[in-house]
Order: sequence, then structure tokens, then C-alpha cells
Amino acid sequence: MSSGDVWRPTASLRALAERSDFLARIRSFFGERGVLEVQTPVLMRDSVTEPMIDSIAVPGYGYLQTSPEYGMKRLLAAGAPGLYQMGAVFRDGERGRWHNPEFTLLEWYRPGFDEGAMMREIGELVDWLLGPANYRSIPWQHLVAGGFEGDVADLAYAQACEKLPGRCFVTHFPRAQAALARLHPDGLTAARFELIVDGVEVANGYHEAGDASELRARFEADNVRRMELGKPGIAIDEAFLAAVAHGIPACAGVAMGIDRLLMLKLGAQHIREVLTFPL
Amino acid sequence: MATYSTNEFKNGLKVMLEGDPCSILENEYVKPGKGQAFNRVKFRNLKTGRVWERTFRSGESLPGADVMEAEMEYLYSDGEFYHFMKTDGSFEQVAASEDLVVEAKDWLKEQDKFQVTLWNDQPISINAPNFVELEVTRCDPGLKGDTATGATKPATLSTGAIVRVPLFVNEGDVLKIDTRTREYVSRVR
Repeated sequence: MSSGDVWRPTASLRALAERSDFLARIRSFFGERGVLEVQTPVLMRDSVTEPMIDSIAVPGYGYLQTSPEYGMKRLLAAGAPGLYQMGAVFRDGERGRWHNPEFTLLEWYRPGFDEGAMMREIGELVDWLLGPANYRSIPWQHLVAGGFEGDVADLAYAQACEKLPGRCFVTHFPRAQAALARLHPDGLTAARFELIVDGVEVANGYHEAGDASELRARFEADNVRRMELGKPGIAIDEAFLAAVAHGIPACAGVAMGIDRLLMLKLGAQHIREVLTFPL
Repeated sequence: MATYSTNEFKNGLKVMLEGDPCSILENEYVKPGKGQAFNRVKFRNLKTGRVWERTFRSGESLPGADVMEAEMEYLYSDGEFYHFMKTDGSFEQVAASEDLVVEAKDWLKEQDKFQVTLWNDQPISINAPNFVELEVTRCDPGLKGDTATGATKPATLSTGAIVRVPLFVNEGDVLKIDTRTREYVSRVR
């Protein structure tokens, strides 16, 4: 690209049109189901403690959101019905073929849904966006050879996912990777799942945990891990935990990467092909 | 020498890997949503030419390698070493051992120019130009008029290399040869 072309978008006009169509389809999908579109702040006072997700700090204010999860759950605690939100989220240092520090996330919550109901609805939405296909599901333990833990397991998982053909839900994540999912009655696995499409992770969901003291313990463990990794600790979001303590209805929730779905639809080789002006 | 973190990796960057200078060919960022980030990197080992693939945790780093490419003129062989001189006017010379010229040896003509890869100012690989012009020192006599049949015969060049040439070629002819395929291209004179 010559220097005279620096102003040009990296996305083609076709990619812009496809994104517009995606957003319209997503709104019609949830509109028909009576799911409310909401907006929670992109600029947050507190951020997530996840050891492997780094927030971008905004001096004097807090952080750019890494996902709208906490805000949306506070709305659920306040009695809101099913919710969805589409918008920009930010993750420091994530850059590559399938990653950009700013990307578009679709997140939605369905009171009364469990994992199975949520995975069915995800399949319906993905069919509506990419065209219909079959879905399989496979437990995490079947993908990652026994005994792997920590980052070795992360690498084994990433490599196994790349080889999964078609559309596949990975279920039953190990307890150590429960994040905000409730645990199964076996106490060893969590009600967390991911959707892999053509080898690419496009969604992560939970049957949500509802126990504030358990979540606090997980956040504190996250911060211990962050310290071990030499990363700054993150203050626990007390407003979020207070909302959980007040009571969030039993629900399932999921976050879906819209840019990656667009890439899959268009056969794009790099995320910049579906973004206008990536940094 | 500087060190480079995975987030500075880019194609063509020269780094040290397991004691050998390498050039980065590909760098892929791999990260499960909530998991550790990795960089899966393909390297060309500049000493052996082999491609290595290694995976790093993102944030790990490698030392840089002091590697440069120089155009150098072949001077002579003293029987043990092959001597080259820089063409940038510095007249700097390096001596390459026999194993470095195995592939270029068939094309080593004095005063011809070669691509030399230097690591810490020492040669680690020597590449012949894609085309060379060399004199035929021995072959069967040429057959007049036989230019189109595609038949070939062996010819020995001034460097000792033996290549297949068309039947009309004679001893004393200067030929243009493609060093990548060892094929005859044309008769220069």
C-alpha cells in the first residue's frame, strides 16, 4: 500500500455490506424472540480478574470493557428479561490473524435457559447468519489428553480445536476453567461451553453461577495467579458481586465474536479484512 | 545484541534459536479466549536451510542474530578455503570452508558475484546467482543444423560442472546456465 492509500479501510465494501446484514439479522433474530437490546458502558470503573485477559486501562476512569458481562448481569439482577448487546470490547495485546485489540462482541442472556437450551439457540442464530449445518458436541476431556493443566492444556486445547471440522460445541470444561459457569453435580466439570466453527472459536457460554461467595473465591484465585504471572492485580468488582448476592435469575449467557463469524462467512484470511481501520 | 519479544516478531527478523541464526518465516498468534496466548513461529535455520517450527508463550523473547547479506566476488581457492571479497568498496575478505560451497561449487568462477550470508561477520551460506555464464571445456563436437530436436549431450564447463546441452554446442562456447535447475538457457558466444 502506498502512503497515499493510508486512509483506506482494510475491509472491502462487500465486507461492510455483509456486516450490515449480520447486524440487521441479529436484531431481527432477537426481536422476534422478545429479547431486549441494551447498552451498558464501554468505559468501566472495574474490570475482569481473568488471569489471561488483559484490560486496557484508561487513566482517571478505569478500563475499557473486555466484555459487557458484569453490566448485563446487574441488569438481570434488577429484574430485566432476556437481554442482548452488540458492541466493541477491548483486550490488550491480542493481535493476529483471528485477533484484534478491539473487536465486536454479541452477548446475550436467557433467564430459564440451561446449557442445552442455550446451545440450541446459538445454533439457530449461527444457522441464520452462516446457513444451516449440523452441530456436534464433545466434552473438553475428549479433546485434551489427560493430565494436562494450565497453559499446556491451553495449547493442547487450541491445537485440538483447530482440527475440529464443521460446527462443534465443546462442553464440560474442567473446574479450573469454570470462569463464571456453575459447576456440574460431579463437582469436577463446569457448565461452560464453546462453539468452534471450522476450527475457530466463535462463542463462549455458561449456565451461569449464582453464588456470590464462590465467585469471590474464584476472583481472589485469579488475582493470586495474576501475581504469579507478574501481572497487576485487578480490584474485584463489588457492584457486580453485590448484584449476584442480591440474586440473578437462573440463566444461561453467551458471548459471540461477530468479526470471526464474518470472516467465516466471507472466507477472509485475516481479521483486518472485516474491520474498517484496525490499529 | 537486542532481544525480541514475541510481539515484535515479524517475517524476516533474524534471531538466535538453539544456538543457530534463524530468519522468521511465519508468526501466528494463537489464543483460546480465556487461555494463555502463544506464538507459533516458523523459522529458516540460516546455517542448514531447514525450516523449524516452535511454539512460544506470548511475551517470551529471543536474542537477535547479527546476520547480514552481502554481495561478494569469488577470488580464489587455496585448496582448503574459498576466498570472497565484498563488492561495496571495502575490499573486506572472508574465507569459506568447503562445506559452505558444496552447492555453489559447480558455479564458482573467479570474479563472479555471489550472495553471502554473514553471521557475526563469518560466512554461513553462499548462494550462486540464478544465472551464470561459463565456458564449455569439453564436449562432443557440435552437429550443424540439429537445433530443434531437443536431443542433448553432456558438456563439461570450466568449473568442472557437467550439464546437458543441445547437440550444436561446441567446446569453447560460453553458455548461460540456470543454477537452480542446472539447465542450459542459451549460447552467449
